[in-house]
Amino acid sequence: MYIVIVGAGNVGYHLAKAVLSKGHEVLLIDTDAAILGRIEDELGSIGLEGDACEANTLEEAGTARADLFVAVTEQDADNLVACQIAKHRFKVPRTVARITDLKNEPLFKKLGVDVTVSSTILILQYIESQTSKPQFLTRLAVLKGSDREIVDVRIPPTSAVVGKKIRDISLPQNSLIILLIRRDERIQLPTSTTALEAGDRVVVVGDRSSEAGLHQALAGS
Amino acid sequence: MKVLIMGCGRVGAHLASLLETAGHEVTVLDVDPSGFGKLPLTFRGNALLGDGTDGDSLRRAGIEEMDAFIALTECDNINIMAAQIAKSVFNVRKAVCRVYDPTREELYRELGLDTFCPTALMAESVMKRL
Repeated sequence: MYIVIVGAGNVGYHLAKAVLSKGHEVLLIDTDAAILGRIEDELGSIGLEGDACEANTLEEAGTARADLFVAVTEQDADNLVACQIAKHRFKVPRTVARITDLKNEPLFKKLGVDVTVSSTILILQYIESQTSKPQFLTRLAVLKGSDREIVDVRIPPTSAVVGKKIRDISLPQNSLIILLIRRDERIQLPTSTTALEAGDRVVVVGDRSSEAGLHQALAGS
Repeated sequence: MKVLIMGCGRVGAHLASLLETAGHEVTVLDVDPSGFGKLPLTFRGNALLGDGTDGDSLRRAGIEEMDAFIALTECDNINIMAAQIAKSVFNVRKAVCRVYDPTREELYRELGLDTFCPTALMAESVMKRL
């Protein structure tokens, strides 16, 4: 893959080094020639000095043939604009922006950035996982290019669905149980007549907006 | 009309004064209070500290009641991001945005932002004098 990385700070440097070692072609863009010089001494000529929000720079970088465009400067606004220009002017199929302000996650998605990454969010999720009660629902994946997600749901002993067959449970619209993990970790492909037991975990595909409904359907007493 | 101006530099302060004289209700927002000194002594509107790329700051500045939002900081990307927030999150009817870089300005105009480019305007104005 050809990967363009914007921002040669700590994140950009380590990312460039890691993807190079996996055999990808990398170009690292930054306005600071001195930093790029030091990185190139170690990693070879992978740097381009310039402002990645200027079309000329992105032209020179061959952005039109990039498979992935990753903006990891420390400024959320700069990452947003670089990704939008890569996407709209150079038709890069996937753009990734680093964010520091949590609120920018839904905003950037709305404004066309494909993926946002944030160490703030990761650390926050870790803190929450350590401090809160065992979670009812764990998000396993968000399906590419849709509002669907795959979640892992634990059935509490007080749930009204304990002992019920899957066909008798009314799930939110578009939700489907695709896998069942029994309390003893046995994995089963559920059928309509499979009965749920307390402590089972079910893996469900559904709309991201249906989490509350799912909670009601599977954990409600 | 209620207008929120982000960036209280020379242009922002002058525009605030013009709009107020024309009878509009003006609020200015800046991350640095030193710019507020550029507002005329007669300015009666609100001058607030805050970051226009932050939805909470915009809400505190009353963005939800604004008829227009004008982004005039020195930084193109901050202006572009703030104008997009005003438009797509708060549905402000008119969101105007200054972009110094002509090619960036052209792209965002194509994407539907109400942009203007002082660089291009100034070059044109100089050309006309020759």
